[in-house]
Amino acid sequence: MKINNTEIIDTFAEALSKLGSRGIITAASSEWAMAAARSVTGFATSVIGCKCEAGIEKLLDENETPDHRPGVSVLIFSMDAAGLGKRLVERIGQCVMTCPTTACFNGLEAEESVVVGGQLRYFGDGHQMSKKIAGRRLWRIPVMDGEFLVDENFGIGAAVGGGNLILLGADSEITLAAASGAVGAMREIDDIILPFPDGVVRSGSKVGSRYKSLGASTNDAYCPSLRAVTAHSALPDNAHCALEIVIDGLNEDAVRQAMQAGMYAAAATGVLQVTAGNYGGNLGQYKIDLKSLVK
Amino acid sequence: MPVTLTMHTEPEVPLEAPCLNPDSLLGKNSNEVAGLQVMHGNQAACVGDFFNVEGDADTSLNIIGNLERVKYLGAGMLSGSLNISGNVGAHLGAGMRGGQILVDGNTGDWVAPEMAGGRIVIKGNAGHLVGSAHRGSATGISGGEIIIHGNVRNETGHAMRNGLIVVGGNAGDFTGVNMLAGTIVVLGDMGIRSGAGMKRGTIICMQEAEILPTFEPACLYRPVFMRILLQHLRSLGMDICDDFMSGNYRRWCGDAVELNRGEILLFNGA
Repeated sequence: MKINNTEIIDTFAEALSKLGSRGIITAASSEWAMAAARSVTGFATSVIGCKCEAGIEKLLDENETPDHRPGVSVLIFSMDAAGLGKRLVERIGQCVMTCPTTACFNGLEAEESVVVGGQLRYFGDGHQMSKKIAGRRLWRIPVMDGEFLVDENFGIGAAVGGGNLILLGADSEITLAAASGAVGAMREIDDIILPFPDGVVRSGSKVGSRYKSLGASTNDAYCPSLRAVTAHSALPDNAHCALEIVIDGLNEDAVRQAMQAGMYAAAATGVLQVTAGNYGGNLGQYKIDLKSLVK
Repeated sequence: MPVTLTMHTEPEVPLEAPCLNPDSLLGKNSNEVAGLQVMHGNQAACVGDFFNVEGDADTSLNIIGNLERVKYLGAGMLSGSLNISGNVGAHLGAGMRGGQILVDGNTGDWVAPEMAGGRIVIKGNAGHLVGSAHRGSATGISGGEIIIHGNVRNETGHAMRNGLIVVGGNAGDFTGVNMLAGTIVVLGDMGIRSGAGMKRGTIICMQEAEILPTFEPACLYRPVFMRILLQHLRSLGMDICDDFMSGNYRRWCGDAVELNRGEILLFNGA
């Protein structure tokens, strides 16, 4: 199957069940809101090494935020509720509360929630105050520029982590341009993030390693430098670069939409193949067939 | 069809009618409602002695007339809506725990003493001791919202423990006296001795106000929570200007004769 001249490989992306949350960070300016958003989503590319995956979902204007200030929405994903709660407390406490003029609000209405502001309030050393407004409990924590305002609870909901596309190109420049184009298209979709640097990962991994201490190692099937030595290279002869885009989303439909947008954007740039990573269907709860995304 | 009570005979002395709330009337037909007992002074009487009753009761109750001598309307209310056209006597919504009371008129003293939940909206003025503790009681309202578009008199929110009281007009003296927690917002002028004896809680006033010497000025800043709070008040129909949302507030901490964890926030311009 082809889109333009790009071959769409008959395979599927294997994604896992995760738990997700959304934080709305606001500040006196969009620049400060973005500063906090970049910080809170830093070092969060993979649950394997970072305990969570996080990214910036989108910019919000004054009419889209609870306090009518400029804002940024961020999504944070983890494997379980306890872990997600800890990450939210750590990250909002260290990266948002510390950033001048910011406030942080829950952006996901869900049946289940974790206590965040209710934990961070202790930073106020007894001077913290709560306000319950329209059923929503907020904590006012005194800080050096005034107050940090944070929701007591953040909703957490079932999510999908690890949707992915792998782009195979003739060289690094073409493949990188394709990946950048795909990322741009995917970022138009709500409810998803691309947790790797500017959305793109070059060190795709496979499960297992010859070293017992490692659970994952380089995905040699897509390493062009290993084509001659690996027994199962997946690269066509004319492909000399592979880049992956990983997608986490609050629901499967959003992940599928993002993959579809990315696939078409990549195909428009002349990349050779679009494929996807999976574990033979043995690990993930979601199998997103690339062919099903072709219009 | 909600039941509607229209006053045909004004009581000569106070009429205590705590039964007139949607929970007590639920499922009753008009004859049953008319037969409910009320106290006219120290004499037992029936609702029908003072009101024409139309409709069968559901979760909504309408009461029409000059009710200035009718007390305890909506007392102990748990749910539903009570809509009143006309002025109302004292103790409206006393001990209310849920539901909503809407008054298109003025109310007497003691609106919602020791209320725990629900919402009261008064389009006109209210008297003394809105949302307060009964005399001798340690705690006033512990939840819910009281929204008054007009003026109130003294001791609004006396010993309040939680919840929100909003005054669209002016407030008398001793606003938030002995307050334990919660929030009082006054959009107009506030009288003297506000927050006297307060332990915790927030009193917000959009005009200059005389502050007790047992309060200390802390800072001038733009509290973000004010934006959330005032947006909520806008959604309830209060007239909130943009400057209040984003403006500067001077924070006073007190009362130093008590725990000193309370605050008075005075609007200080955009």
